[in-house]
Amino acid sequence: MAADSSGMRYTKWFRDGDIARGLFARLEEMLSGVPAAAIPLMEVCGTHTVALFRSGIRRALPKAARLISGPGCPVCVTPNVLIDKAIAYANEPEFIVTTFGDMMRVPGSETSLEKARGVGADVRIVYSTMDALETARENPDKKVVFFGIGFETTAPTVAAAIIQARAEKLNNFAVVSAHKTVPAALEALAGNPELKLKGFICPGHVSVIIGSRAYLPIVETYNMPCVITGFEPLDLLQGIMMLVEQALAGRAEVRSQYSRAVSEEGNRKALDLMNKVFEPSDSIWRGIGPIPGSGLAIREEYADLDAEARWPVAPCATRENPGCRCAEVLMGLIEPPQCALFKKVCTPEAPVGACMVSSEGTCAAYFKYGDELID
Amino acid sequence: MCLAVPVRLKEKKSDALGTFEYGGVLKDVSLQLLSEVNEGDYILVHAGFAIEKLDEAEAEETLVLMREMAFLKAADEQAAEEHN
Repeated sequence: MAADSSGMRYTKWFRDGDIARGLFARLEEMLSGVPAAAIPLMEVCGTHTVALFRSGIRRALPKAARLISGPGCPVCVTPNVLIDKAIAYANEPEFIVTTFGDMMRVPGSETSLEKARGVGADVRIVYSTMDALETARENPDKKVVFFGIGFETTAPTVAAAIIQARAEKLNNFAVVSAHKTVPAALEALAGNPELKLKGFICPGHVSVIIGSRAYLPIVETYNMPCVITGFEPLDLLQGIMMLVEQALAGRAEVRSQYSRAVSEEGNRKALDLMNKVFEPSDSIWRGIGPIPGSGLAIREEYADLDAEARWPVAPCATRENPGCRCAEVLMGLIEPPQCALFKKVCTPEAPVGACMVSSEGTCAAYFKYGDELID
Repeated sequence: MCLAVPVRLKEKKSDALGTFEYGGVLKDVSLQLLSEVNEGDYILVHAGFAIEKLDEAEAEETLVLMREMAFLKAADEQAAEEHN
């Protein structure tokens, strides 16, 4: 195969139409005679939610395998109180708040970062934590706060920024850590009697960092098949087949469909950096509520780089948006069309809840792709 | 946010910094999360950081397995025909 500089071979190969049709035919065979919704599978990751829609797989899947969207959208599961905090910093004139783009439009208790910027707050979108550091270097007279959102894919990049800030003695930079970890949430979901899940489509890129063995406790405790899956159409099909095969055979194992990127032990270097800066903490997930040990707090040794410790700020009074059923959507208990606000009041242009704002939010995905699915 | 793109590392400026090309644009990428990577390697980039080196052999093996799984029916039918 000829070399190409953009890595398209890692994507193009896994979009082959002939193989897709063949895999799909095999999946239909496996599921023939199996009753509708007999195999509920949760796809945890927001990127998977979108990929399953966009590839057409969600719509075409035989009814026996029922896909339920889970809380794998870090933007969506960040509770209002943290968004309010970021806005509180932004409203102070001596602060610059840096954030990833998709947090800008999420409504907090009273307003959003984007609206706050509209009335004069200094809020800047960054693509990488390295950009946030650069903002701090370029604005020595300001206090630069980075709003740390994301799972284990992102947390190491924030850890790297914190370590670099310390090495450079950059004294006007700190992080609000809203980071969460996935395995703890999966345990809460696996144990939920209302969901009756028969398997998890595990997040591909979180797993690049944490490794496939991070899911062993879930398999062992809950007898739950876990298949780490990539994001191209063929990956999704193969991943679902691997889960269906386990469910039908009554087996429960961790398997990695995404073996070109995911190893058993994960990215050791990234994990070490992450654990050097962060420690597990209790964390509140929109929808699920508090999950012990599911958050990442900045360690005491790095307290000077922990915005909440170094520059405490008082956010506005927290309140939830009435009518918004994001909580139930995130738990997989309802689908977005069952929320009275969906499409009528809550739209991507005028979102009421986080699930509609995030490009990977379940409600946003249903809004964009889901017309054909309404029965 | 699991968004990460597979790209080829174009230039390695140091152990911590490299560049890649995407959509015709040259972009910086931090290599701080990788222990060893060389120019020409394929990497997964998330939020400006390379989070892993892609395994070409595994990619090929996955594709071979997928092909087998997809055409298994055809192979079965063919074997049955030849047998008769």
